[in-house]
Amino acid sequence: MTTLSSLSGKPWIWSFAATIIVWVVTVLFTGGSSSLGLTQAALTFAAFSVVVGIGQMFVITLGPGNIDLSVPATMTLSGTIALKIMEVQDGMILIGLIVAIGLGIGVGIGNFALIKLLRIPPIIATLSMSFIVQSCAIWTNRGLRIKPPQALSDFTTSYTFGVPNVAIVAGALSVAAWFLLERTIYGRWISAIGQSPFAARMAGIPVDGTRFVTYVLCAVLASLCGYLLASFSGGAALNMGAEYLLMSIAVVVIGGTAVAGGNSNVPGIWGASLFMFLVVSMLNTYGFGAGVRLILTGLIIIGVILAAGGKQAAR
Amino acid sequence: MKLSSSAIRTILPAASLAVLLAAVFYMQPRAMTYTGLNLLFNLAVPIALATVAQMLVMAVNDLDLSMGAFVSFCACVAATFLQASPAIGILILAGAIAVYAALGVIIHIRQLPSIVVTLGMSFVWAGLAVLILPSPGGTAPEWAQALMTAKPHFMPMAILASLVIAVLTHLLVMRSTFGVLIRGVGGNMRSVERAGWSVIGIRAGAYALAGLFAVLAGIALVGLTTSADANIALRYTLLSIAGVILGGGEFVGGRVSPVGAVIGALTLTLAGSFLSFMRISPDWQIGAQGAILIIVLAMRLALNRMEKREKVH
Repeated sequence: MTTLSSLSGKPWIWSFAATIIVWVVTVLFTGGSSSLGLTQAALTFAAFSVVVGIGQMFVITLGPGNIDLSVPATMTLSGTIALKIMEVQDGMILIGLIVAIGLGIGVGIGNFALIKLLRIPPIIATLSMSFIVQSCAIWTNRGLRIKPPQALSDFTTSYTFGVPNVAIVAGALSVAAWFLLERTIYGRWISAIGQSPFAARMAGIPVDGTRFVTYVLCAVLASLCGYLLASFSGGAALNMGAEYLLMSIAVVVIGGTAVAGGNSNVPGIWGASLFMFLVVSMLNTYGFGAGVRLILTGLIIIGVILAAGGKQAAR
Repeated sequence: MKLSSSAIRTILPAASLAVLLAAVFYMQPRAMTYTGLNLLFNLAVPIALATVAQMLVMAVNDLDLSMGAFVSFCACVAATFLQASPAIGILILAGAIAVYAALGVIIHIRQLPSIVVTLGMSFVWAGLAVLILPSPGGTAPEWAQALMTAKPHFMPMAILASLVIAVLTHLLVMRSTFGVLIRGVGGNMRSVERAGWSVIGIRAGAYALAGLFAVLAGIALVGLTTSADANIALRYTLLSIAGVILGGGEFVGGRVSPVGAVIGALTLTLAGSFLSFMRISPDWQIGAQGAILIIVLAMRLALNRMEKREKVH
């Protein structure tokens, strides 16, 4: 039992260990001059991966086959529409946020409706949904680049006591997610469903209700991330969510959440998100071209999984 | 009329393809000709090959998220090395297939999630493709181009190729010992193991075979497009998964249908052509493709339920 509990603590250690190594290697190369800037940039960009990663983690925890591929499209649509509604007015910031969250709820409901009513595997249901959502985004965007309201733009690009504001938001969401997972009945339910949907149903857990809430939660976090990212980067772009599809899955899995479901891990998402950003910036610092950078990124991902996954297999 | 459930599995995708095809013919009767059919289904051949590759991985309960990047990589190799110095090209592609087999072994031995390993590999393949072809270019090998643009008299090349792929993979996966073993690993790994087979070997074989079909997809794609670029087939990852599911395959349990997978790929390709005939604004094309996917799957559900009701009575 003691080995089991020590092993369960291990998955996220790996991602942090890897992060620290990569950070040190990068800072060493620049002679220590970039350590503050690098850390702030890493926290900023990791924050976006963390927000979508948390949503994806909840979905993946539901068990095999559960995954949300509509994350990038939802991000794009919410960023586009929120900026359009806010019309660069500071007074509309809150309304924009509410609209973004509302959009997330809508997409989440759509996803779950397809999964439940049409009995489509989640991977295909969310993929089809993402096509439709992406089309809506293309239609609303029309190539126009609307700026975010000044106050919102300032908030997302500035720091509080040296910590990027977006990282603080992501940190608050992570604490909430951790609380939800570890301290509420809902968190126990999704873990139970991930471990055995049949047993969960027999134990009287409202399986469909829990899955519904989880898909909605994931879509809301994705749209929240789209709202923040569009404000941070000075406008919404149609491909702004693209890289977050693989990223959201990668940070969850590298962070030590079991892909088979039933076991999730919030701290690991931070470790993995920081790691993913730092790897790219390390390879940039060393002056590698795009091709070599991609290859090394891939090999490092596999290396981390080999190192971390081997322990899990030993059980 | 009694139908086995495996027959239903094949008939449903075929029916949805027929409905879609009828709709296209109704809107554009000129599509009913030799050239029209060839144009409609031309791009389906590489997608069908990639779908079959994905199906082989799904048969052993895994998922290959690197399919698109790998097919792009193969296309880049085909348009450069395979064209300029065939021996080196063949060597590289054979090496890539060996890497696929090795992935199967690693995934099995270390009990790793295939999704993550192939996710990592997708970066590796994409990086290699960028190294080979930093900017779009290259030339397709003449034989690949000749093969893909051939005009046999009795039927369009695209249809003929799809038929050949469907029949060959059906024999391979549904009728051969190896095919039964692959599906057995997906269905019940332990019983295959207890029967004395090497599950590692079977999984490695399934991955290698998937690699081979993906290589063929890359070559076929280059034969059609005559040149390549590093991102040429990125959407194949999702297309191939969708094709397998449309064709009646399932994510777990070794339940796959090769004929269905080819039909699924044809249906997805046709959906694209269908939309351009509908003159839908480009803004909504992707969305409409999603809607078609949903409608086809909803039809499948309805037919499935009808079949179940018949069984009860």
